[in-house]
Amino acid sequence: MGFGDLELLTLQQYWWIIISLLGGLFVFMMFVQGGQTLIDKLSANETEKTMLINAIGRKWELGFTTLVLFGGALFAAFPLFYATSFGGAYWVWLAILFCFIIQAVSYEYRTKPDNFLGQKVYEFFLKVNGYLGVFLLGVAISTFFSGAEFKLTTHNFVEWQNPLRGLEALFEIKNYLLGFALVFLARISGALYFISSIEHDMIKDRAVKSIRVDMVMFLAFFLSFMGWMLTKDGFSVDASGVVFMQEQKYLLNFLEMPLVLGIFLAGVLMVVGAVYMAVVHKKTCCIKTGGVGIVLTVMAILLNVGFNGTAYYPSVSDLQNSLTITNSSGSHYTLVAMSYASLMVPFVLGYIALAWYSMDRVKITKEEIESPDAHNY
Amino acid sequence: MEDAVVDWSRAQFALTAIYHFLFVPLTLGLGFIVAIIETIYVKTGDAIYKKMTKFWMTLFAINFAIGVATGLIMEFEFGTNWANYSWFVGDIFGAPLAVEGILAFFMESTFFAVMFFGWDKVGKKFHLLSTWLVAIGSNLSALWILVANGWMQYPVGMEFNPDSVRNEMVNFWEVLFSPVAVSKFLHTIGSGYVVSALFVIGVSSWYLLKGREVEFAKRSIIVGATFGFIASLFLTLSGDESAHQVALKQPVKLAAMEGLYEGKSEAGIVGLGVLNPKKTLTNDEHPYLFELEMPYALSLLGYHDIHAYVPGLKDLVYGNKEQNIMSVEEKMQKGALAVKSLEEYKEAKKAQDEQKAQDARKMLDENMAYFGYGHIKKAEDVVPPIAITFYAFHVMVLLGGWFLTLFGVVLFLATKKDITKNRVVLKAALFSIPLGYIAAEAGWIVAEVGRQPWAIQDLMPVGVAATKIASTNIMISFWMFAFLFTLLLIAEIKIMTKQIKIGPDGGH
Ligand code: HDD
Ligand code: HEM
Ligand code: HEM
Repeated sequence: MGFGDLELLTLQQYWWIIISLLGGLFVFMMFVQGGQTLIDKLSANETEKTMLINAIGRKWELGFTTLVLFGGALFAAFPLFYATSFGGAYWVWLAILFCFIIQAVSYEYRTKPDNFLGQKVYEFFLKVNGYLGVFLLGVAISTFFSGAEFKLTTHNFVEWQNPLRGLEALFEIKNYLLGFALVFLARISGALYFISSIEHDMIKDRAVKSIRVDMVMFLAFFLSFMGWMLTKDGFSVDASGVVFMQEQKYLLNFLEMPLVLGIFLAGVLMVVGAVYMAVVHKKTCCIKTGGVGIVLTVMAILLNVGFNGTAYYPSVSDLQNSLTITNSSGSHYTLVAMSYASLMVPFVLGYIALAWYSMDRVKITKEEIESPDAHNY
Repeated sequence: MEDAVVDWSRAQFALTAIYHFLFVPLTLGLGFIVAIIETIYVKTGDAIYKKMTKFWMTLFAINFAIGVATGLIMEFEFGTNWANYSWFVGDIFGAPLAVEGILAFFMESTFFAVMFFGWDKVGKKFHLLSTWLVAIGSNLSALWILVANGWMQYPVGMEFNPDSVRNEMVNFWEVLFSPVAVSKFLHTIGSGYVVSALFVIGVSSWYLLKGREVEFAKRSIIVGATFGFIASLFLTLSGDESAHQVALKQPVKLAAMEGLYEGKSEAGIVGLGVLNPKKTLTNDEHPYLFELEMPYALSLLGYHDIHAYVPGLKDLVYGNKEQNIMSVEEKMQKGALAVKSLEEYKEAKKAQDEQKAQDARKMLDENMAYFGYGHIKKAEDVVPPIAITFYAFHVMVLLGGWFLTLFGVVLFLATKKDITKNRVVLKAALFSIPLGYIAAEAGWIVAEVGRQPWAIQDLMPVGVAATKIASTNIMISFWMFAFLFTLLLIAEIKIMTKQIKIGPDGGH
């Protein structure tokens, strides 16, 4: 039996699971972004700052590539979403992309002699990426719940109804909740990562302190977001594909899909547990637990909005144009072909883990950073 | 669609693609050159090769960072600026992009970190393996994106589905092994190798001209010139194959590349020439103000047969009964019929009139090959900008000849004579660095401008492909990209030249 024997719906669900997993991995990798917002706060001098930057500098590519893959996978598996959202909410996505372009060069160019813009500017770029990039992504994802203003022609071509082309999402304060929640979550995981990968007591102490504050902020925003999401009306689809508003749809989704609820709760518990271990018991292990927790939590939220007869990209301009995993997906053939390609994913994760492990086995120390032979960012 | 929207979208895509391709060629080739040098180091243990590896690797990283930054934009721009296109062909076009992410980009970025920071953390062998994997990974990135590009030049392996109003993939292997995709891949990675080899011998020549790092530079030149000479031969062969594919699949592009208005048998190539700006499709002006022709060459290049008939623009636009070439007018009628049948089909479906839907469907299938012509307003519109295509093609080919000669001479001098004495050749090598980039960009201009007005050959013109959005939006984002990318490019060039000046003994 191969993928070709599966029903179209099964393949669509399989691909939504993969997209959710990628989303989760991407949010986890945002520890790099969170770390970027902490470099000044956690360092007392240039050497310490360089240690911090090098710790995350060896990982930024992975997060970046996950973003790229996220785009590519959406294009192939849910092309109507790719066309509708990227073409429609033009400015939000371009703003996000700009925040990521400047990240890519900043590590490599920051301390190189004759770097034209100066070290300060590159560090500023890292901050913009860390705060604004993450925040905007949160806002963009939040429109999965609040809806977007688009219509589709009979040819399925997008016609955005708001001249702000996506920036109107910023005028819906509720979208800020997820935005800020992500920013603080990224800072927490950034600090956890520093604690686990750098051998330096002062940095560790400062990281623990920063987690204390960020955890409070994170919980405030995250719980408000969950409160809003679970109580709001949701975008439901019936068996014939008609979209309608349903009270407390997302709460219902959790209750009707206990497995997803379980994943969600397990994820949240792991994040809280990781923070507890790091802050109270001064453990250094906790980026792993916290990381898995983040992946699970985000996955569960995306599964909630995609499954159980839910429109994951709702149109508030014309409810019937809302996107669901069934009406926006690629063809059966393409999903099958892509599914075979997806068999490579465990292999890819495997070599990433191997490379990661062999690089991080040796923790970053002051001596290494100061050694004349070192390759530093 | 408003013309301004289409023009700004094209300008923005062209701008970002041209920037992306300023960095890609060096990644494609330098990755292998570094891997080769490191292999020699691991085999011989000679410290100078470690020094060489580290130096070229530093330059690789500076270039790589900005290549990645510009690539990100490309990935999303199909959606932001070509939304209709993305829906119409996303079912086929998206797949290679996703596979690229899974198979290539992760390989590249994971092992990049090991290659860079792993010198003292992982074993020698694992490190060498990582370097090779970075090189292979970046070439795999090129494979998948070029498959996507090859597909838009020559769409295969798909069927139109009137219910979803899009093309759907029916054969992945046909898409992957399309002859256009294969020749495109080989020719383009070849161009990356040549650009990189030029870079290596050019930078090394600069050291020799300054009398610095002599041993280091001489060895680098030998590796670079050998690699470059082989790559140049390969580039010429694959360029010939590319032209052959263009002749078969995009004859209008071929005619524009050569400024060929009247079709002929035993056609020659104008090796050097100046187009007559007064020439149009309908007047009798001579096409060139000045020309130097190589007889038979075009028939040979295009069809691998010196007697072959090469259709000119006039034949292709107005038709030619003798040669069995359909006029664009006729294709437009068929296209219009296809577009109309699609509407009828949709209406019949809505009215649940199965019989009518089936008739419309049959009509649609018969004329689908000309679907895009249904949106063309007048026959002459299918001709791309001739002058740009013509000059870009000739610049590329002439430079190709020059590079082959240069690598040959440099290789001879470096192995058999004392190249440090020959300052003219060293200078020529130095000044050829930018020429490599010019040739590569020119090649893309031929491919992409020569394809106009089609976003997807014969199926979708650019006017239909673009996102519906007020043109001021794209104008603003165009200038934002232009500003940011230029800033980063300046930074990159300054850092790169500084690192070269510091030399292999400095920090890295
Ligand atoms: C160093 C750069 C370089 C050099 C010296 C050459 N090329 Fe090239 N050429 C490219 C770099 C390139 C490229 C950038 O790789 C392109 C752009 C798109 C593509 O497929 O490859 C290209 C495209 C391209 C095309 C258009 C393909 C299409 O439209 O799909 C043709 C017909 C040729 N080349 C033919 C040649 C010939 C006959 C050459 C003689 C030696 C040659 N090229 C040298
Ligand atoms: C990186 C090297 C490339 C360069 C330098 C390049 C160059 C260009 C240029 C100059 C144009 C504008 C043509 C015109 O409007 O007259 C263009 C358009 C375009 N190119 Fe490319 N291109 C490159 C690679 C690609 C690849 C790999 C793809 C697809 C996978 C692609 C897809 C497109 C699309 C969709 C457009 C817009 C539609 C159009 O104008 O036809 N390009 N490119
Ligand atoms: C127009 C279509 C294109 C798109 C959508 C695109 C997409 C991308 C993306 C997203 C990246 C960043 C990958 C990462 O995060 O590691 C990238 C880098 C890269 N791309 Fe492209 N690309 C295009 C054209 C090309 C072409 C025509 C080639 C080669 C022939 C190419 C070769 C590469 C290589 C080698 C890299 C590695 C980074 C570097 O060169 O510095 N790309 N591209």
